[in-house]
Amino acid sequence: MNIRPDPTFHASPKLAMEAPPESFAYTVLLSPDSSKPDALAVIDVKPGSSSYGQVVHTVTMPNKGDEFHHFGWNACSSSLSPLTGHAFLERRYLIIPGMRSSRIYIVDTKPDPTKAAIHKIIEPEEIFRKTGYSRPHTVHCGPEGIYVSTLGGGGKNGTDGPPGVFIMDCETFEVLGRWELDRGPQTLHYDFWWNLPRDYMVTSEWALPPQFENGIVPEDLLSNKYGHRIHFWDLRARRNVQTIDLGANHQMALEVRPAHDPVREFGFLGVVVDTTNLEGSIWTWWREGGKFHIEKTATIPPEPAPKEQLPPLLQGFGAVPPLVSDIDLSMDDKFLYVACWGTGEMRQYNVRDPRKPKLAGSVRIGGITRRSPHPNGKAFGGGPQMVEISRDGKRVYWTNSLYSTWDDQFYPDGVPGAMVMANAKPDGGLELAKDYWVNFPDGYRAHQVRLDGGDCSTDSFCYPSV
Amino acid sequence: MNLSAADWTPAWLWLAVIASGLYHGVNPGMGWPLAVSAGLMEKSPRALVAALGPLTVGHLIAMLLVILPFALLVAVVEWQRTIQIGASLLVIAFGLYRLANRRHPRVLARISPAQLGLWSFAVALAHGAALMLVPIYLGLCREAETDSGHAAAGTLINANLGMAVLVATVHAAAMVTAGGCCAWLAYRYLGLKFISQSWFNLDTTWAVSLILVGAIALALNLT
Repeated sequence: MNIRPDPTFHASPKLAMEAPPESFAYTVLLSPDSSKPDALAVIDVKPGSSSYGQVVHTVTMPNKGDEFHHFGWNACSSSLSPLTGHAFLERRYLIIPGMRSSRIYIVDTKPDPTKAAIHKIIEPEEIFRKTGYSRPHTVHCGPEGIYVSTLGGGGKNGTDGPPGVFIMDCETFEVLGRWELDRGPQTLHYDFWWNLPRDYMVTSEWALPPQFENGIVPEDLLSNKYGHRIHFWDLRARRNVQTIDLGANHQMALEVRPAHDPVREFGFLGVVVDTTNLEGSIWTWWREGGKFHIEKTATIPPEPAPKEQLPPLLQGFGAVPPLVSDIDLSMDDKFLYVACWGTGEMRQYNVRDPRKPKLAGSVRIGGITRRSPHPNGKAFGGGPQMVEISRDGKRVYWTNSLYSTWDDQFYPDGVPGAMVMANAKPDGGLELAKDYWVNFPDGYRAHQVRLDGGDCSTDSFCYPSV
Repeated sequence: MNLSAADWTPAWLWLAVIASGLYHGVNPGMGWPLAVSAGLMEKSPRALVAALGPLTVGHLIAMLLVILPFALLVAVVEWQRTIQIGASLLVIAFGLYRLANRRHPRVLARISPAQLGLWSFAVALAHGAALMLVPIYLGLCREAETDSGHAAAGTLINANLGMAVLVATVHAAAMVTAGGCCAWLAYRYLGLKFISQSWFNLDTTWAVSLILVGAIALALNLT
């Protein structure tokens, strides 16, 4: 416990943007064939530093086969609400779930990120026993502690009962139990986030473990059996208040990105693929008159390609779907970044009018058939995937792996871990930085990125920007 | 005019009632940042003022809830000393408990941001803010009683109840004045940075204040 609030806690998004820029990035590394333990890489991102863009420290886990995916901080700017009573927590620990093993690692990043080390390990049995959930995924710090979403229910295949959210104590990291009191029609889970002062949560749907652990199941996709609904919840009452079906053809409604400014009651949702035309889509949801609404506000078309250039999975379609796998909203809620993992494009949308996103910038790199190289000449396996924006909105970082078994289906030649950065212009426009290319150890793939001091998909705020 | 030490005692006690109110008011943990947030969310200074209402009422009710039982008890004159010693020990024990157990009561985080009054009530109880007033209140009752001589139990209860309401009201008024000033300063002049800048971890100080208040009251009762 600190005597003063952590200097990286900011009352409003505007104050977060004005804070000093990031010095270190944290990227999780996974061993796709489980031959090595997964790891956390600490990268120096301080311009002018002699080790700029290099991995300066690696925390290697003691187990194999965890499959790292998403992760998050133990505490963020949400701690500045007196309601939560956590004002003196430190932003110090990274909560890293193993999505395949259901194990959770707590990594201590103090006193120095280059000496980060494992603080605690929560074994899968504890999670199974206390929550009845499995496959922990997204992590957010909130009112009652640390909230963790899961993709699986109980049992070996994670299909005994629905997946959901559980809560961990934010000081001891003890698993406390299920969050939901009334889940309504919710049976699938993926991402979640919230508006804290307005007291609601939004959750999305991917699939149950048998539909993803051994690879995408084409029959299930073509018969629209992946998730296609969005759920709205009363956060403190832990109750599902509204579920909206996007239409069964909108398969895999993944990342949820609410506006950071709590006075703005809207947010975005990325849908991976429309099974009627292979489009990817962006949806805008908003609250009006006490009800939630959502509409499709941008689409990204597939790109035709000759059969011989396509992996077996896509040969029947003669086209590459964009596969919107991740989206991220800048801290000022003005730009939405959309990763098109299939076509190899990072799109930047101007969303000042949230229901009319306008394409403002684009960068081509990787892609199933395009295989666009980095400006430094290096080949980028896979496509733009997990994206993270600096607090000031000037730098956009991303990696290239989606999920071990899915990588192999869409990119059979492999997806060697890579992380790049693009500079964003204040009024729109995106350009890859020639001098930023992170070399990860051989045999590892790279997934989500976190920035020290918080980033655009971590921090939630209780006070509006003024 | 020469005033003896005894004449000064009620003044000091009233000062303690006001000082504890100011102390609770400026502490962000007792809620003034929520009033700032309300003002900013609604883009209206009136929303800020409106949020101070439930915060104050919640605090006031918590004070009354804790003090009123003592108002009834202390009227049983022959037990007065026992009750005062018991109250002092209770405050000390709670202070020690707060020192030993630093965990934040998680149930508070379950309260919706729309229920500011309930939150303020619960937070004042959970942190022993109301308990801190008990020894001060009992001191004031004793002083009042010394002035009026031995009155009938009924009269005494009425006087004690009146004193309880007065103590709680003065304390809550001091609290809302201090908290309201902080909220207005942050809203109007200093900006949101003031919230994190003005926030100190007072958990230890708070626990020690409880123990001190209890110990002083105990010492006065035993002499």
